[in-house]
Amino acid sequence: MSTLELTINGKGYAFTQGETILDVACRNDIVIPTLCHLKNTTPTGACRMCVVEVKGARSLVASCTVPASAGMEVQTESPSVVKSRKMNLELLLSSGSHDCLLCPASGDCRLQDLAFKYNATGKRFERTKPKYSPDVSNPFLIRDFSKCILCGRCVQACKDVQVNNAIDYGYRGSDAKIIAKCDLPLGDSDCVFCGECLQVCPVGALTLKKARQKPRICETEAVRTTCAYCGVGCQMNLHVKDNVVQMVTGADAVPNHGSLCVKGRFGMQFINSPERLTTPLIRKDGELVPAEWDEALGLVAEKLGTYKAENGADSIGVLASARCTNEENYLFQKFARAVIGTNNVDHCARY
Amino acid sequence: MTHITPTKLEAMRKEYAARLTQPHIRHLFICGGTGCHATGSLKVKDALHEEIAKHGLEEKVRVVETGCNGFCALGPLMVVHPDNVFYQKMTVDDVAEIVSEHLVHEKPVERLMYKDPQSKKRVPLFSDIPFFALQKPWTLRNKGIINPESIEDYIGREGYMGLSKVLLEMEPSQIIDEMKASGIRGRGGAGFPTGMKWSFAAQNDSDIKYVLCNADEGDPGAFMDRSILEADPHAVLEGMTIAARAINATEGYIYCRSEYPLAIKRVQIAIDQARSLGLLGENIMGTGFSFDISIYQGAGAFVCGEETALMRSIEGKRGMPIPRPPFPAAQGLWKKPTILNNVETLANVGQIMLNGGKWYSSVGTENSKGTKVFALSGDVNNIGLVEVPMGTSLRSIVYDIGGGIPKKRKLKAVQLGGPSGGCIPEDHMDVVVDYEEIAKVGAIMGSGGVIVMDDKTCMVDMARFFLEFIQEESCGKCTPCREGTRRQLEILERICEGHGKPEDITLIEELSEMITASALCGLGQTASNPVLSVLRHFRNEFEAHIFDKKCPAKRCPALVEFKVIDERCKKCGKCAAVCPVGAVEWQKKEVAKINTEACVQCMSCYSACPFDAID
Repeated sequence: MSTLELTINGKGYAFTQGETILDVACRNDIVIPTLCHLKNTTPTGACRMCVVEVKGARSLVASCTVPASAGMEVQTESPSVVKSRKMNLELLLSSGSHDCLLCPASGDCRLQDLAFKYNATGKRFERTKPKYSPDVSNPFLIRDFSKCILCGRCVQACKDVQVNNAIDYGYRGSDAKIIAKCDLPLGDSDCVFCGECLQVCPVGALTLKKARQKPRICETEAVRTTCAYCGVGCQMNLHVKDNVVQMVTGADAVPNHGSLCVKGRFGMQFINSPERLTTPLIRKDGELVPAEWDEALGLVAEKLGTYKAENGADSIGVLASARCTNEENYLFQKFARAVIGTNNVDHCARY
Repeated sequence: MTHITPTKLEAMRKEYAARLTQPHIRHLFICGGTGCHATGSLKVKDALHEEIAKHGLEEKVRVVETGCNGFCALGPLMVVHPDNVFYQKMTVDDVAEIVSEHLVHEKPVERLMYKDPQSKKRVPLFSDIPFFALQKPWTLRNKGIINPESIEDYIGREGYMGLSKVLLEMEPSQIIDEMKASGIRGRGGAGFPTGMKWSFAAQNDSDIKYVLCNADEGDPGAFMDRSILEADPHAVLEGMTIAARAINATEGYIYCRSEYPLAIKRVQIAIDQARSLGLLGENIMGTGFSFDISIYQGAGAFVCGEETALMRSIEGKRGMPIPRPPFPAAQGLWKKPTILNNVETLANVGQIMLNGGKWYSSVGTENSKGTKVFALSGDVNNIGLVEVPMGTSLRSIVYDIGGGIPKKRKLKAVQLGGPSGGCIPEDHMDVVVDYEEIAKVGAIMGSGGVIVMDDKTCMVDMARFFLEFIQEESCGKCTPCREGTRRQLEILERICEGHGKPEDITLIEELSEMITASALCGLGQTASNPVLSVLRHFRNEFEAHIFDKKCPAKRCPALVEFKVIDERCKKCGKCAAVCPVGAVEWQKKEVAKINTEACVQCMSCYSACPFDAID
């Protein structure tokens, strides 16, 4: 069987039927900039940033949607391509309030990176005044429409990845906006706040509500861990600065491939909560008062021993936590069965 | 059920012919298109019925409400058959006279006949009116003749005989061969060869295939598809059924905008009638071939005329284009092989099958065959629907058929192809109707909207109008179309308001280049055509706006200062009479004077002056 080959920037590359130009380029570490492309979803071809020049084609083609074909001659940074991308960026930059100085996404923003790369300032056109005020109606995220570039990645993430279909494009022309239901605040829509949209937003249009004036994601260190909420074992990155978890993102690995649920994404505040217990508490005269571990453990052992002696081992049940590791949970059931002598073992992840 | 046979079809045809030629029976073909409905044809029709009854003429006169006759500007209108007399602008008050004078006393009513705009003489015979005489009605062969709500009338005019021939005598591949031989190209505007389109879909194996009819006509000034659906809906159904046979499809949709209620009503009646005669549905004509059609009403988004957006809309999604490939012939509606044809294209199919592809290709130019329907509007005397052979010059359409420009003004340009097209200036009027020739002068054939513009039209304002349309109708998905056209519009608005900057022309050109090269769908890729064609042919007008701060056509209020040219003024005072703000000072036997401080540039005086004395 003959191998299929196309050339990119003058060099030949093999490809398999069905691969797009972008697929071939990515596989070979050739950078083609994208804003709307979202891995593992159907390409939408919305941003037109990935346009390339193909010899013989009537116009520039979007590399994310056009399949590679044998003998195709592709130029990824030809003068006409660069000119088109630069104008595209000028249009996007002038279309809203892309003020990086105050943007939580600064340093982790594709628009910013590309503007820098292609020397686009957004000053060729007058800046558009924001048409829609931000949606701050929910406790989790802010939708700042003045920073939205309408790439549609959030829509793809909601539709194709999470299959929630909570958001879509609304209105037309330059009035276009990503809306939930009939343009309702997110909290009144079908949104379940999985935060998938937040994670895929390439700019600062969707940001964590508590991220304002907090360390930006680019200042943090990503610590890979396993979500402590349920038994699925989603892989996540805790973005940490000064020993404080600033933000959580899904890690691109099994089983979750980058996705998280509302608890995993937004429920990690407990780690740094000032209300967290640091010592055991014992209720004395109706008041919970701090105690030493020895005293507390002694009290528990004593009470459990009494109950077992008076009512039998099965009068005691053990409820373990999903936030413990497998090893800790193993030990806990061992404690129930071997020490107390009961099979009354259960786990919060079942509820 | 008993299936309709070719013999039965032929019998119905003869019956119809006999009905029309019955001695001493008159047919009054009164136009029932949307245009004439709006001007009151239904009331006239009712009055005719009453008056005819009053004179006891029910047996001798049949009133037939037809679809759009085409001469929309003159409605309500009527043709008296077999007398060959055409009446225009009828009112209910005229009916008594028509019935008593014409139908009883055999004296046609001259004052209601067509008046030639040049000679100012009445034209007694319908067939002598140049507007009709110079047309070649192939697609519109039944307009103004049949009752669109009667399948018997359609069959009487050889209807469904093409389908009958296809089902009983031809193989699917032969249908495609005939379509290829006819040379017909997509009448939606892009001009893709129809036979070729069908052959791609025919090659793709699938359990389900679809035939779609694009009736989402949305160009400003275009009403060809609406008129065809209103006047001859069965022709479209027959075309779709033949297409279905050619590619082996079982289901079809007519995607029609809901702003066309009359067309939708008549198509639905036609579908029901075709089903009842076994010409649609299960086992058509007993051949074992099944195909059915539904209407899908669009909500009026212009972009839904784009094929991929149209299909998404039928699927119940937001009508937004998606990238191609895959092309609809491979993965269209619900990812099944699909063909989408325009109303006008489909309306020709039955006749092509009946008479052969060669017959159709006998008319036209080398690469553009057959006829083309145009909706003629704007600054032209005869506004209406016209059908001409390919190869007809624009000059002939505007002057011979269109009757020239009203008020003896000069023709400036003709806009062809709507928001995706361009303007063709007066000195290129000899260009002929042909896909390639029209493209050479910077416009496109388009779906058929022809907007005639006289010398009072500001071309910069015209470009602004089309960009405003595009900007409102852009789906908002891709950056070049959403943001790029918005910026172009801003620049044009700025120029029209007198704030144009020297670099604006270059900026528009740069934006146009980028939008054309990188937009996602046809709407965006062609969105710059109107402004580019104005820059090509009327660059001086742009420059006058920007550098001289003047609007040569006096259309842009911010750039206009009206004054009276003393030597031309005949002191009639018409200007003072129409001025809404009292800015014209005039006394009997005195030259008028315009107070520029008070003037609001409404142009009333400018338009009212019979002597061109206001400039």
